[in-house]
Amino acid sequence: MSEAKKFLYVNRRAPYGTIYALESLEVVLIGAAFDQDVSLAFIDDGVFQIAKGQDTKSLGVKNFSPTYRALGDYGVTKLYVEKESLAERGLTEDDLMPIIYEDENDNFAEKPSLIFVDRAEMAKMMSEQDIVLSF
Amino acid sequence: MAYEVNGTTVEHDEEGYLTDINEWNEAIALEIAKGQDLEMNEERWEVVNFLRNYYDEYQVAPAIRVLTKALAKTMGPEKGNNKYLYELFPYGPAKQACMIAGLPKPTGCI
Amino acid sequence: MPTLHMVNKSPFERNALQSCLAHALDGDGVLLFEDGVYGAIKGSSVSGDVEGKGGVKIYVLGADLGARGIESGRLIEGITVVDYPGFVDLVTSHDRSQSWL
Repeated sequence: MSEAKKFLYVNRRAPYGTIYALESLEVVLIGAAFDQDVSLAFIDDGVFQIAKGQDTKSLGVKNFSPTYRALGDYGVTKLYVEKESLAERGLTEDDLMPIIYEDENDNFAEKPSLIFVDRAEMAKMMSEQDIVLSF
Repeated sequence: MAYEVNGTTVEHDEEGYLTDINEWNEAIALEIAKGQDLEMNEERWEVVNFLRNYYDEYQVAPAIRVLTKALAKTMGPEKGNNKYLYELFPYGPAKQACMIAGLPKPTGCI
Repeated sequence: MPTLHMVNKSPFERNALQSCLAHALDGDGVLLFEDGVYGAIKGSSVSGDVEGKGGVKIYVLGADLGARGIESGRLIEGITVVDYPGFVDLVTSHDRSQSWL
């Protein structure tokens, strides 16, 4: 098998106003079958996708936010969140859902999937990818 | 298209997956299983219930390799493997077990 | 390892261009096309952001400028107008492409 490529999914949209967030999540779940080195980036309004306390019952649409917590089962364990995007929207790290994964190589120890980075670190991480998919 | 169970009708899509997951109950599960020529024994219920719990927690039907890994972790390697699951659900655990569990077809399942 | 950033939204409607410029690194290129070309006009409320990215080369698709009646004299100093083959050349001469939708 050829060496795994570095795939980055960039999420810049809020979850329910458009289909982008759900589409991105579905592509990530499908793409996970290909065993690549996958990362997700949440910048701009994309940080709203992983806000805690989402409840869509009155809206009559599916609340897909719990699915981000399943990403670890799919081997997707690097979710980069931009600190400036949070701050610009009056959010802190505590306003986001806790998302963890179980590290198979470390006796299934639970580890955080969310990686908080500043804009410069985010830009550098983006520049190190083989493929960037934007939503 | 619909299943007829105890005088009520429950809509399904062209493949047999329930249109509305909230309409599921055990009687419907038995009816779907019958259509798949499967008898619902304890082992099959165990997988179906596991899938329902997974969906309830994460709002997604797990891909097959996610299912086997999760089963292996909670129920041991003798149940968390493809051979065991395909013996229970010969046409694919994703296809048959998810359908019986009332879940949508797993994302990425072909 | 330069990246070609592609922006097709007006900077006056969405923040795609602003976010792109905030994440572009020295040596990267930014291609403005479709409504993104409005970001190439000098003297606008965003032209300062574009002019401020000295290490980033800005390109704009000529066909989209023409369609919108934007003459080259109205473009920010230093922006390069490209045609469709030039667009393709840009994609192939960078290591990756990243869209800012």
